[in-house]
Amino acid sequence: MSSSALGFKLKPGVLTFQDLLFRLQGFWAERGCVLQQPYDVEVGAGTMAPETFLRVLGPKPYRVGYAQPSRRPADGRYGENPNRLFKHTQFQLILKPPPENVQELYLQSLEALGIDLKKHDLKFEEDNWEWPAGGAWGVGWQVMLDGLEITQFTYFQQCGGQDLDPICAELTYGLERIAAFLQDVDSIYDIVWARNPETGAPVTYGEVRLAEELQFSVYNFEIADIDNLWEHFNRFEAEAKGLLAQADTLLASETATPAEKRRFPLLATYELALKCSNLFNVLDARGAISVTERVGVIGRIRTLAVGVAKAYAAQQAA
Amino acid sequence: MSDFLLEIGLEEVPARMIAGAEAELGRRVKELLTRERLLAPEAKLTTYSTPRRLAVLVEGVLAAQPDTDEQMTGPSWKVAFKDDAPTPAAEAFAKKAGVPVSALEKVTTTKGEYVGVTVRRQGVSAAQLLATELPREVLALYWAKNMYWREGKPERFVRPLRWVVALLDAVVVPLEIAGITAGNASRGHRVLHGDRSVVLTLAGSYAEQMRAAFVVADVAERRQIIRKALDKATRAVPGARWREDEPLLETVVHLTEWPTVILGNFEREFLSLPEEVLVTVMRDHQKYFAVEDAHSKLAPHFLAVLNTEADADGEAIIRHGNQKVLVARFKDARFFWDFDQKTPLAERVESLKHVTFQKQLGSYHWKTEQNLRVTRALAAAVKGAGVAFDEAALLKAVELAKTDLTTELVKEFTELQGIIGGLYARAQGLGERVALAIYEQYTPASTEDNIPVSVEGQILGLADRIQTIVSMFGIGNAPTGSKDPFALRRAANAIVKILAESELPLTLDSVLHGSGADGANKEQVAAFLRERLHFYLKDMRSFPYDVVNAVLAAGADDVRDAIARAEALTAARTSSDFEAISAAFKRIKNILRQAGEKGFAVGEAQSGKLAPEAQHLADAAAALAPKVTALREKRAYGEALAEIATLRPVVDAFFDKVMVLDPDPQVRGAHLGLIDGVLRSFSGIADFSEIVTA
Repeated sequence: MSSSALGFKLKPGVLTFQDLLFRLQGFWAERGCVLQQPYDVEVGAGTMAPETFLRVLGPKPYRVGYAQPSRRPADGRYGENPNRLFKHTQFQLILKPPPENVQELYLQSLEALGIDLKKHDLKFEEDNWEWPAGGAWGVGWQVMLDGLEITQFTYFQQCGGQDLDPICAELTYGLERIAAFLQDVDSIYDIVWARNPETGAPVTYGEVRLAEELQFSVYNFEIADIDNLWEHFNRFEAEAKGLLAQADTLLASETATPAEKRRFPLLATYELALKCSNLFNVLDARGAISVTERVGVIGRIRTLAVGVAKAYAAQQAA
Repeated sequence: MSDFLLEIGLEEVPARMIAGAEAELGRRVKELLTRERLLAPEAKLTTYSTPRRLAVLVEGVLAAQPDTDEQMTGPSWKVAFKDDAPTPAAEAFAKKAGVPVSALEKVTTTKGEYVGVTVRRQGVSAAQLLATELPREVLALYWAKNMYWREGKPERFVRPLRWVVALLDAVVVPLEIAGITAGNASRGHRVLHGDRSVVLTLAGSYAEQMRAAFVVADVAERRQIIRKALDKATRAVPGARWREDEPLLETVVHLTEWPTVILGNFEREFLSLPEEVLVTVMRDHQKYFAVEDAHSKLAPHFLAVLNTEADADGEAIIRHGNQKVLVARFKDARFFWDFDQKTPLAERVESLKHVTFQKQLGSYHWKTEQNLRVTRALAAAVKGAGVAFDEAALLKAVELAKTDLTTELVKEFTELQGIIGGLYARAQGLGERVALAIYEQYTPASTEDNIPVSVEGQILGLADRIQTIVSMFGIGNAPTGSKDPFALRRAANAIVKILAESELPLTLDSVLHGSGADGANKEQVAAFLRERLHFYLKDMRSFPYDVVNAVLAAGADDVRDAIARAEALTAARTSSDFEAISAAFKRIKNILRQAGEKGFAVGEAQSGKLAPEAQHLADAAAALAPKVTALREKRAYGEALAEIATLRPVVDAFFDKVMVLDPDPQVRGAHLGLIDGVLRSFSGIADFSEIVTA
């Protein structure tokens, strides 16, 4: 059976969704990156995973890449909008410190995806990134390929309220967008995720993820129990605050040994902060947070995230 | 004489910052060369920029500073030479000047005879000076947003610096900027030229060599190329033209090194979307130029400015990609438009209860009710003065003005707030007056923007803004210093502008009264509005600051009247009679202030008890006052000021001959009464004592 008879247009040699990920992983692994697995706690972006948020702190060089499913409850569209998702996949890359030829490496990574730059229009347009709740910001670009934003390229300057030295380069590839672009499909749900190597039969993005998009839209917009969410939020926050208070005392202590300091569970504390961040996003999608309340709640999450970052830096130095 | 080229290579600089930086770099290089006497008189300076580089070419740099002769003077001759033999003082001076003692000469000055010598200072070479001085000039460039990139954070710049070219003709100037040593290797277009370097052989051939590497370094040339390419691409559509957009053109000029243009198309069906939405997507989101037909209607095409030159195959791919992105965005917009129509604006009023205006104040439902109350008060004042408008339409517009905040389209395109509401009102058959008032409620959005054209839109705009200001001040959110998170200054500027440029019979005071403000809150807001009026007259209308102070001291309520008085005063102040009057009024104010401090009573200016010059002044003022008042009431301010200027001879004579603060309390009181009366009678247009005289 030919591929057109199957109702999809995937040309031989055009990458499937998973091929795309393999190629990016391969490309960056060859350039010295640790390949991590997605972080197993709900996050809104790859930046929030500890492999970025905490690793960028302090002086130690690090290169890491990972695909991160990123939840934005308010962006859900019940699987009806061809371009919008509740959960999209970022390929997140941290290069600390950034090599001098980081832009050239990035362009080579596009070529590794089969994009012939001579046949496309590429622009680096100013786009400065910030995550106020994480006390993080940087300057950089959105990389535009034929009018489509395919990557966010940021030189991190601050994270968790701390000045970074060295700084790092963060490259965030929007995998669904790039796949839809390469495969030339009009809907994300038509992206070929994988195909049977023998028959060529495709498994589409829709088959893999459509139900999730629909059900989480229903939950996030209609059903999530607001009181319950707030209660979870308050509990996670209270526990995180308690841990941070202990961490502050311990890390400032002159009698505690470095080993005692190093075993303090700041990574677990950070997870609690991430839980709060995700709950906030669900509450927001649920319409339970007014414009003015937002600022206050974001401030509460920021207190946790910045608190962890500060303690983490102190712990690393211990 | 040489040509000097400096090129600094950067990762892509934000388009909005390039023009300013290019000009500043040119200025800094020119000032440095001038200061160091390295610039030939006929020298020519050219600047270049692309997203990846800033460059300056100076044709006419001297090889070195000219040598100079410095005249040095040392100790007195008598001290330096005893019996013609040099003393240690002479030797010390010779050593300091770097000459043998035998070179010292006798210099005769008015103070006596001294030891002197002429020392020849050799000029420093251009290469050496540039190497030491230029790096700091480059690093001092202003950028709106900076970053660190090197470890240890030694310097901040807009983006990482990647290469530096510094050439005097064909010779590299050994300078170093941010850890990069200058050479002769530049870089070309990322894709069309690739990673290999562009070796520049001669400073003066910069532009040509860059062109060979697919970089048009000259900004004006790129602008011209883009304009022509836009024209050419548009010709594929008969009768069409591209829509002029200066800011967009500047942006794409600074986003490209080798610009070309493609014409893209979209399905005609999307033209049913409002033009505002289509243009916002094309211009703001995609940086495309819109195309219009012979009747200035949008045509189903767009123009994308590329930073590459692709073959036919590549062009087709690029066109296809851009079309897909645009169509996806249009589809989103159409989906939102259709979705929003399911719930008409009138049915959205209730849901405004769930949209917070300000936590301490209330929701947008509350805000709408408040706006209705203020609107009714302002409408009554306007109607009372006989200005015609559709009151029912106005109230309907106010009721629905904020409902578009609940629409999906506004959530998607927040910059179209108000405009979307107006378009929906029109689509839902609510009438043109209602639709227009909603549409233009946020104009003027800036001090350059126009005010609403409809009276309903003007009143709605005033009511909404004054209500916001008064209620925000009421909960302690007044702007302080540079902090104005609720943009209240912009709101107040808009109030002043609407009052200045409309025909509404309203003043700052009547608008404030209509808001229902009272007590300390009202006084605070009144002072704030007055300060904004001051800003408007001084910074927007460019009246001299002393004229503004003088005019506002005599009344800061009626905006159009204040403008008329400021115009008359600006014209009148240049006459010498008027200057003298201003000086006299300042003197009167000072005397009255001193008298007050000393506890001197101000009496009645009784005739018969006054000296002749004082009597003349009293008579002239009494004769003039009714005339001036009449002219002032007619708003014939120019004529009124001319009349006041005629007082000059009697005023001058009064101050020449009369001692105002006479020792006799009776006489003194009469004098004080006289000048106080003069001040009061003629300060209705402006407080002339504020005028700064030469």
